[in-house]
Amino acid sequence: MYEKMKSTQLAVIGGGPGGYPAAFLAADLGLQVTLIDPEPNPGGVCLYRGCIPSKALLHVAKVIAEAHHAANWGIEFPDPTIDLDRLREWKDTVVKKLTGGLGQLSKQRKVSYVQGRASLINPQTLKIQNQKAEEFLRFDHAILATGSRPATIPNLSFESPHILDSTSALDLPDIPKTMLVIGGGYIGLELGTVYAALGTKLTTVEMTSSLMLGVDSDLVSILSKRLEKVFDSVMLNTKVVGMKEEKKGIRVTFEGGSIKEQVFEKVLVSVGRKPNSNNIGLENTKVEIDSHGFIKVDAQRRTAEQMIFAIGDVAGEPMLAHKATHEGRVAAEVVAGHNVTFEPRAIPAVVFTDPEIAWCGLTETQASQEKRPVKIARFPWGASGRATTLDRTDGVTKLIIDPDTERILGVGIVGTGAGELISEGVLAIEMGAFASDLKLCIHPHPTLSETIMESAEAFFGQSTHIYRPKKG
Amino acid sequence: MEFRLPELGENIESGDVVKILVSVGDTVTKDQPVMEIETEKANIEVPSPVSGTIKEILVKEGEKVNIGQLLLTIDEGTKEKEVEEVEAIEKEEKKKKKEEKKETKAEIKEEEEVKKEKEEEKVKVKAKEEKEKLIDKAAPKEQQGEIVEFSRSAKTTTESKPSRGFAPAAPSVRRLAREIGIDISEVPGSGPGGRISEEDVKNYARRLLTETSSIRSTGQLEISPLPDFTRWGEVDRSPMTNVRRKTAEHLSSAWTAPHVTQHDKADITDLEKLRKQVGKKAEASGGKLTVTAIILKVVASSLKLFPQFNASVDMAKNDIIYKKYCHIGVAVDTDRGLLVPVIRDVNKKNIFELSVELTQMSEKARNKKLTLEEMQGGTFTITNLGGIGGTYFTPILNSPEVAILGISRASIEPIFTNGQFQPRLMMPLSLSYDHRVIDGADAIRFLRWIVEALEQPFKLLLEG
Repeated sequence: MYEKMKSTQLAVIGGGPGGYPAAFLAADLGLQVTLIDPEPNPGGVCLYRGCIPSKALLHVAKVIAEAHHAANWGIEFPDPTIDLDRLREWKDTVVKKLTGGLGQLSKQRKVSYVQGRASLINPQTLKIQNQKAEEFLRFDHAILATGSRPATIPNLSFESPHILDSTSALDLPDIPKTMLVIGGGYIGLELGTVYAALGTKLTTVEMTSSLMLGVDSDLVSILSKRLEKVFDSVMLNTKVVGMKEEKKGIRVTFEGGSIKEQVFEKVLVSVGRKPNSNNIGLENTKVEIDSHGFIKVDAQRRTAEQMIFAIGDVAGEPMLAHKATHEGRVAAEVVAGHNVTFEPRAIPAVVFTDPEIAWCGLTETQASQEKRPVKIARFPWGASGRATTLDRTDGVTKLIIDPDTERILGVGIVGTGAGELISEGVLAIEMGAFASDLKLCIHPHPTLSETIMESAEAFFGQSTHIYRPKKG
Repeated sequence: MEFRLPELGENIESGDVVKILVSVGDTVTKDQPVMEIETEKANIEVPSPVSGTIKEILVKEGEKVNIGQLLLTIDEGTKEKEVEEVEAIEKEEKKKKKEEKKETKAEIKEEEEVKKEKEEEKVKVKAKEEKEKLIDKAAPKEQQGEIVEFSRSAKTTTESKPSRGFAPAAPSVRRLAREIGIDISEVPGSGPGGRISEEDVKNYARRLLTETSSIRSTGQLEISPLPDFTRWGEVDRSPMTNVRRKTAEHLSSAWTAPHVTQHDKADITDLEKLRKQVGKKAEASGGKLTVTAIILKVVASSLKLFPQFNASVDMAKNDIIYKKYCHIGVAVDTDRGLLVPVIRDVNKKNIFELSVELTQMSEKARNKKLTLEEMQGGTFTITNLGGIGGTYFTPILNSPEVAILGISRASIEPIFTNGQFQPRLMMPLSLSYDHRVIDGADAIRFLRWIVEALEQPFKLLLEG
């Protein structure tokens, strides 16, 4: 078998938002690259079953919500008629267009794309299996970018058409009358928002005392207020203790909440994601994993095995596509002989609910956990002209600032379009900007981006649109 | 809490994890050893700073760890008192940092205020300080040849040190610094608030290169590139052990002192007889009465009479530092390399006591039990190769000490006394000394005194 074995300079295992940018950059840097993924085209969970399809549906949800909202301004639309097949078709077109595009880009770059599942049989060789055959590939370097999968609730989950995870929920099998979302994290809230907009009576249940645990509470509270209106019910401090299959759905029993028991037509389990570090043959190498199943890597994303790198969800938190992309590009450069490391100062995170929450760099929560002294500058969107024209003043922009140097350490935003605004915060932090730098940059009027400039002004007690003189 | 590798001693930056003594979930009490670290010369047990449960272990056995590197995390549970303690310490540290910052701020202001001339002077002083810093930094890079070359291999893994605060530089500038092998946190920023520009990094690199080449021209640290030995036959390359590396570094730096070696011979025929007679007694008290133990005592007495041999030189301040204590190091040959445990206050101990202590120290050295402290603070060194053989050798100073006594194997020689040849047991002695502080005449006087004390032990009582 070894005689006929193919070889490659770099094998990238997994074609998601970590894997394909790594493969592409490595090819651009002159390496001969093989990209392996079970799907017909690159894209991974992000494009096939995650970020992209969910955003397409969230856009639809937003249009429905805005049409409804227009009644406030004297414009009334009748309730929408929803053609689920066409909606699904449109979503699938988006996915196809993007993944097909990536397939083209692979070809243009002469990246050899192999459809199949790869596992390591030793530190230099992969076994790739697909329906047709089994082949072996020898590599000089490998980048593991196998991603993650939805986590399940131990002892509770079972196979049922009534129980969905993020993947099956995105398939839009139907619009259920009632749905329970287990888990108050971003995936549950985003998908819950979609289903609620399509007409489902939505209940969300969260074990802890807050939605979006770990995110600054001043940002979350604005979202929570809105979700309480859009969702049928938000149950906090409540645990799901039992699920039973019934004809009409799932009978769920709760502990700690206002309701003891209820039948839901559908239950969406979104309790986090788990790294795909098993079944890829790590046991045949020196690659190590930690207690959560993440592959251990150094600053260059190198595993304990010299020639093998790991990036993205499988290599640790935060499990975000753009983090994976950046890591993938770093690993590719290292393989190509550059002395670079993964050293971001700010990784942005966006929750695409309505309103959106976005943050980057240091959060207030983190600062208080680390007992790090910071100063906070807040700008409520009630004072923003743009937010008022949108009739969406439910927002806040805040800066987390180092009290000694006055450098920007973190930015947090809640409000419509927050996800598009956060990049300015990332740039400010990465460039080591001072609060005064943001204050002195002219921002276009009337836009929501002015809230960033004005919160910097507010830090000096000089915001044009809020009168809050600096104390002392 | 996060437990990072604490400072282990002077000039120690890293060590190897020899053994991890706990595992995840273990309960530890404050000061319980959790890890054994091999540093340059000693194995050190690192104690836990708090009581609690081990949550995570982030290093492996055999891994190299740097001071400040995260070793493990400890869940302190409900032990609030200790938490408070830690917090208090942290607070104080923060306060200190703040004060430091204030100071630097004040400095900057001051600089702005003073006149140009003064400013220039300050810049010069600063440059000098930085130069000194650079010399330290440049040394290891030098071995890699051109700094620019050094980044071109994928194999140079860069362990990311936990950075204290961020160097204010754009991502592109940080990347440039890394690519050319420069620690961005060392680069002085010229922008507002110390912002580091691309130009700053390039200037710093340029200066680093000139500093490196000026060190080259002085010849002190010159390391010429090695030829490719494989052209002539098979070779095996293995990394130096910590002990070997430190020995090499230490002795290379010691070489900068101008050495002279003075030889002499001592007739120890009578001393040997005496040693054998009372040897049993010493063994009864737990030590072996060796020639080294006796010489320890003799040297201590001799150092009292010749204090310039119990000194160090401070060339920066043009001072000679005379030590009022007498701690003598004894070189011990171990399977890990050369180790030098130091016997404290030799002048205050009798030969029996010294025998016992010397036996214990040698054993500790061979069993890797020596602590760093036990190898520090020496004022003079004795190295006895007599057990192996040889006549004379030229010991290298154990700097910053200024003298070292080497002992070779004693042998029977015909000595012409009282009109005839007598078979006498003669022991060769070699004294190396730092000619900057010790003159040749003093050296031979010092050595003669030792020889006479060995031949006439009564001299110890009279003069020692």
